[in-house]
Amino acid sequence: MTGELLLRARDLVKQFPVAGTAGLFRPARLFTAVGGVSFDLHAGETLALVGESGSGKSTTARLAARLLDVTSGTVELAGQDVTTRKGKDLAAVRRTVQVVFQDPFSSLNPRHTVERIVTAPLLYQKRDIPGGSREFTRTLLDRVGLNPDWLNRYPAQFSGGQAQRIGIARALAVGPRVLVCDEAVSALDVSVQAQIINLLRDLQAEEGFGCLFIAHDLAVVRQIATSVAVMTAGRVVEAGDRDTVFGDPQHEYTRRLLAAVPRIRPEWEAARRAKAAAR
Amino acid sequence: MTRYLVNRVLGMLLVLFLVALFTYMVFFLLSPDPAVQICGKTCTPERIDQIRANLGLDDPFPVQFLHFLEGLFLGRDYGTGASAVHCSAPCLGYSFQSAQVVTDMIVQRLPVTAVVAIGAAVLWLLAGVIGGLLSAVREGRFTDRFITALTLGGMSVPNYVLALALQYVFVVQLQWLPFPQAVPFADDPGQWFLNFILPWTVLAIGYASSYTRLTRANVIDTLSENFVRTARAKGLRPHLVWRRHALRPALTPIVTIAGMDFAGLLGGALITETVFGINGVGKLAADSITKNDQPVIMAVTLLAAFFVVVGNMVVDLLYSAIDPRVRAGATT
Amino acid sequence: MSLLRVNDLTVKFGDVTVVDGLGFELPKGGSLGIVGESGSGKSMTSLAVMGLLPKGALCTGEISFDGIDLNTLSERRMREIRGDRIAMIFQDPLSSLNPYYTVGTQIAEAYRSHRSGVSRRAARQVAIEAMERVHIKEAGRRVDDYPHQFSGGMRQRVMIAMALSTEPELIIADEPTTALDVTVQAQILDLLAEVRRDTGAALIMITHDLAVVSEVADTVVVMRYGDVVETGSTEQIFSDPRHPYTQALLDAVPRIDDEIGDLRTLGGGS
Repeated sequence: MTGELLLRARDLVKQFPVAGTAGLFRPARLFTAVGGVSFDLHAGETLALVGESGSGKSTTARLAARLLDVTSGTVELAGQDVTTRKGKDLAAVRRTVQVVFQDPFSSLNPRHTVERIVTAPLLYQKRDIPGGSREFTRTLLDRVGLNPDWLNRYPAQFSGGQAQRIGIARALAVGPRVLVCDEAVSALDVSVQAQIINLLRDLQAEEGFGCLFIAHDLAVVRQIATSVAVMTAGRVVEAGDRDTVFGDPQHEYTRRLLAAVPRIRPEWEAARRAKAAAR
Repeated sequence: MTRYLVNRVLGMLLVLFLVALFTYMVFFLLSPDPAVQICGKTCTPERIDQIRANLGLDDPFPVQFLHFLEGLFLGRDYGTGASAVHCSAPCLGYSFQSAQVVTDMIVQRLPVTAVVAIGAAVLWLLAGVIGGLLSAVREGRFTDRFITALTLGGMSVPNYVLALALQYVFVVQLQWLPFPQAVPFADDPGQWFLNFILPWTVLAIGYASSYTRLTRANVIDTLSENFVRTARAKGLRPHLVWRRHALRPALTPIVTIAGMDFAGLLGGALITETVFGINGVGKLAADSITKNDQPVIMAVTLLAAFFVVVGNMVVDLLYSAIDPRVRAGATT
Repeated sequence: MSLLRVNDLTVKFGDVTVVDGLGFELPKGGSLGIVGESGSGKSMTSLAVMGLLPKGALCTGEISFDGIDLNTLSERRMREIRGDRIAMIFQDPLSSLNPYYTVGTQIAEAYRSHRSGVSRRAARQVAIEAMERVHIKEAGRRVDDYPHQFSGGMRQRVMIAMALSTEPELIIADEPTTALDVTVQAQILDLLAEVRRDTGAALIMITHDLAVVSEVADTVVVMRYGDVVETGSTEQIFSDPRHPYTQALLDAVPRIDDEIGDLRTLGGGS
């Protein structure tokens, strides 16, 4: 089911200086957030980076999206090395990779209308808007399941789930080949979360983009990912396709992680399904 | 902790050195030739050259600056032969106009400036913290709005206007306070104290106003912290919730900012001292500017910078003593 | 006799009703889960029981704890119960602990404020014992550490130790594991179960996480927009949910062991 290779990350390393350890003539101590992570992302694939806090999964995603500079390693987008691109040369990267963040409200400018938010990435890249700004926005809103007439509203007029849909619309505006979802559904209520997961799945089926999905919630990952990389302490300890990693985990840490997920008793689930089917 | 301290002190010395270099450079480039000033009206070019050579004024800038540093740490002599003046360390320069060592001029005036600064600091801290607490407790009610209005006024009235107005009302009209005059503390402590009331008040009002605003904001923020909710959930009495869990976090930043402001004042409260005729460092600075007495202006500038830099460091150390999170950061 | 009986509890802010006619009963030593999504009023319910509702809240109805109506109790009497017979654990352990005091001081503080004539030294000993009971290693040394020196899970253990120190009959836990990693969450849930076993304390667990509630509670209250949607035994709620909202909510939960397919979503816009 996987298509062309879109994103190729090799030996990504990111070190941050530790605050307060710098002396007058002495550099700060370094903390290694990501210590040599490699992965491939193909068109139509959803690769989930899972791990607990401090595992380096979000940093890895930001390195891959070129939102952060790598300490070492390479990032290739559609066959081109973009690791050291700066300034204007990054525009091509931004056209190819878009990010949806965790908190929809803090990542949408509260003083801009939906139309302005959604078309901003195109304007920044000085690209023509196909069919005009209004029509373009209406089409996008419709595609993410929002009322096309809401294009003049402001973020504060939306619920969390709706705001996240706007974030997705904005990301889709440039027609990206890679969509990075950084804990994009973590802050949402269960019912809303389900809608957004379904939306992402539908959009991917239509567009065929590759999705790098960052999450700490294993159950969510299981629903959306095609392949999984389990991270802890800045490294990938286990990677493979979803069913293998979830069904037959090899690494001790993966097993521990899976065992820790709270579960509803299977007999209750079975009884409930039977009743629901009878209804 | 020791390494942190050493780092801080080294950093401070570097800053002081840069300030000294910069100040010296500015005055070296901008000020009129002191040799001309010393020479007076009946002056010949030969005489000026002689004075220059005598005082080392014909040396290039780096050499002069080195001499200045030397004086600061070791002391130095101005001139040669019988007319030489010795200026012992820390030598801040020599005022050719008043024929005095600058260090002595400053040391004479520093105590009175300190008295002005300390008194004002006590006043503004008391008024600011109490006003801010009152305001926070009565948030949104009349008391709060009244205090807010007062502080807005306090922050917007310029010092010199306030000084003249208060002097007019309390000294000239009501005659509650004596006309300002220099009275040594030992002669008449009561009179001495009365003399300082107005300067203290004038200096304190601006600070007190901004401290009131700051305290109010800090206390209101702290009261909405989760750990205050925890304290209440423990069933602590309200006064304990306030004292232990609200006040300490709310007042810590205020204490430290006060340290900085106080250090700034030690450099000289220029306007206040001038208006009230207090013979402190601020007035010395003002007088020197009028007379264009370059070494004195430079020395006062350096002194002010010194107090601010040292104050800054004391505040940082204080902070790490008060806040356990900073303390931990310093030891690692 | 039930330990806590809540009857027709209503909380209003002006015209806005955040809890509307809530009722439930909790037996001694029992455990009750209140589930709901954001805005369901579940957290307001816990604050109402604690008498810690924010200013401007109007609370009516009966909150009967061991025969005492907490809603009509004077603030002074309420304070004697709060933190002593009823203790609370919050969502974010870091911000819930005061950064300026050692954890020992903060645990001892709860104990000392409810027991008269306790020396500083004795209270410290109580704090150390409480920390040992929540399995904090080297409690005797760590008692003098500050909150920022603990990891997220250890901080929540400190909060639980604080709640335990007075041996409460009821512990209210408001999303106690939401901010924690999944492995840490499992440890904290185990710890809460152990504490209940050892002390016989009753538990009210407030959470958005249905799987967590299914593991912890005997009885479940499902809330939505301030209303009780459904109340029942945990087995009944999870194996035979009666109300469409409960059914939809259960359908929407992504499961770790489930077949893969479209998640069923709740009706209406997101």
